[in-house]
Amino acid sequence: MPHSEHLSKQYDSDLEDIRSRVLQMGGLVESQILAAIECFATGNYDLMAQVSDTDRRVNSYEIEIDDACAHVIAKRQPAASDLRLIMAVSKIVTDLERTGDEAEKIARMTKNIYDRGRLQIPRSADVRHAGQLAVAMLRRVLDAMARLDAVEAERIIAEDVAIDDEFRGIVRQLVTFVMEDPRTISTALDIVWIAKAIERIGDHAKNIAEQVIYIVHGTDVRHTAREGHVEPDGGPQ
Amino acid sequence: MADPKPALDSLPLKAGAHGLNFHYGDFHALKKIDMPIYDKRVTALIGPSGCGKSTFLRCFNRMHDLYPGNRYEGEIRLQPDNVNLLDRAVDPIEVRMRLSMVFQKPNPFPKTIFENVAYGLRVRGLSRRAVLEEKVEEALRGAALWKEVKDRLHEQAFNLSGGQQQRLCIARALATEPEILLFDEPTSALDPIATASIEELIAELKQKVTILIVTHNMQQAARVSDFTAYMYLGELIEFGWTDDIFIKPNNPQTEAYITGRFG
Repeated sequence: MPHSEHLSKQYDSDLEDIRSRVLQMGGLVESQILAAIECFATGNYDLMAQVSDTDRRVNSYEIEIDDACAHVIAKRQPAASDLRLIMAVSKIVTDLERTGDEAEKIARMTKNIYDRGRLQIPRSADVRHAGQLAVAMLRRVLDAMARLDAVEAERIIAEDVAIDDEFRGIVRQLVTFVMEDPRTISTALDIVWIAKAIERIGDHAKNIAEQVIYIVHGTDVRHTAREGHVEPDGGPQ
Repeated sequence: MADPKPALDSLPLKAGAHGLNFHYGDFHALKKIDMPIYDKRVTALIGPSGCGKSTFLRCFNRMHDLYPGNRYEGEIRLQPDNVNLLDRAVDPIEVRMRLSMVFQKPNPFPKTIFENVAYGLRVRGLSRRAVLEEKVEEALRGAALWKEVKDRLHEQAFNLSGGQQQRLCIARALATEPEILLFDEPTSALDPIATASIEELIAELKQKVTILIVTHNMQQAARVSDFTAYMYLGELIEFGWTDDIFIKPNNPQTEAYITGRFG
């Protein structure tokens, strides 16, 4: 990656502005997930409302950054690493926005659980642990993007499997729990939704890590690891 | 999605520079250039002013022979007969029949539209009116100009617009049925509409002829070419598929130039 500046200072400034806004958006989403997990643990209704408010700001970031990318394409016709950055950012903001939606989903399901008045939430510690893993993954991938660290991005992709395992573990235990006490089924379903949202956050972090590798090396590693290759007609091989 | 690119060694070659050095007197303008020119593909030469791209292009039709003190070393081999274009024994006029050039500014002769296109054919010894008319029409159609000029073939070429004059020069170049067309910044004096029509024409022409184009406009290189060569200070820095050069160049110098970080 070239580190020297463009002949056009304005171009440098436009790209730097896009990069820093993505990191700000990422920081906001990270705080949103932390708040969602916190309200799951504490039942703090104010925090649940705050998660929804933050989601509106996250959505605004997505629109602003996409607009800034369109302007750079129209005005500068970026090439090589600049083009890869713009293409990747456009995908990264979509993943960040969807990560924000998952955080909001966690807050919404949490409200359902607390509205039912349950004092004891099954598998609460496991869910919080998976949530912490997802937040850490998101934080690390944002750092990797800031530092253009493809090696770290590759590590993050490999570690996504840990959150997937957590999700499967939580579902397995909830099935046992519901079989023992069928009255808990509504709460158990909400927890499954929350665990699924956390698992999706891990997937989005992994997608962002793939984009970091694309920015740095120009290599598209999507759909290359652990996923069955899918033919254009949709049938898995 | 872009079609998968064929392996380079599976592509037929039209020409190739081998250890090409060129000197303007004491000035070493091209330094040991090795570059393939693939058959019926467009190869763009890019690089900052003075990097040697036009010098390289002009080696192909021996234009440097016109000035004293210029010196070539190495070879440019033209296929399929593997003739070395730079060989002193090879007649430069014959070379220029096989490789036609189109310049930056449209430069029609002060003759009629018809005579501009017929000129090269007459030099070749064609004189039968019916044959000339057929060949002129074919060349003008090839340059996407026929419909606009078919009723005014005997008007002066200077009455045409800039874009039309450039297409007339392309028709003139096509008339002798060259194997390679050499374009030296063919649209830099044209407006965007005329530029678009020339670019469209290049895309059509490559079905029949190999094209080598020098351009300062990198987006034009990205749009019209299959291969791009980046040159700097007389050296070939990187050569590859245009898609690769503009998305993932291997050389940091190429990256710096095409991203506007050069300097």
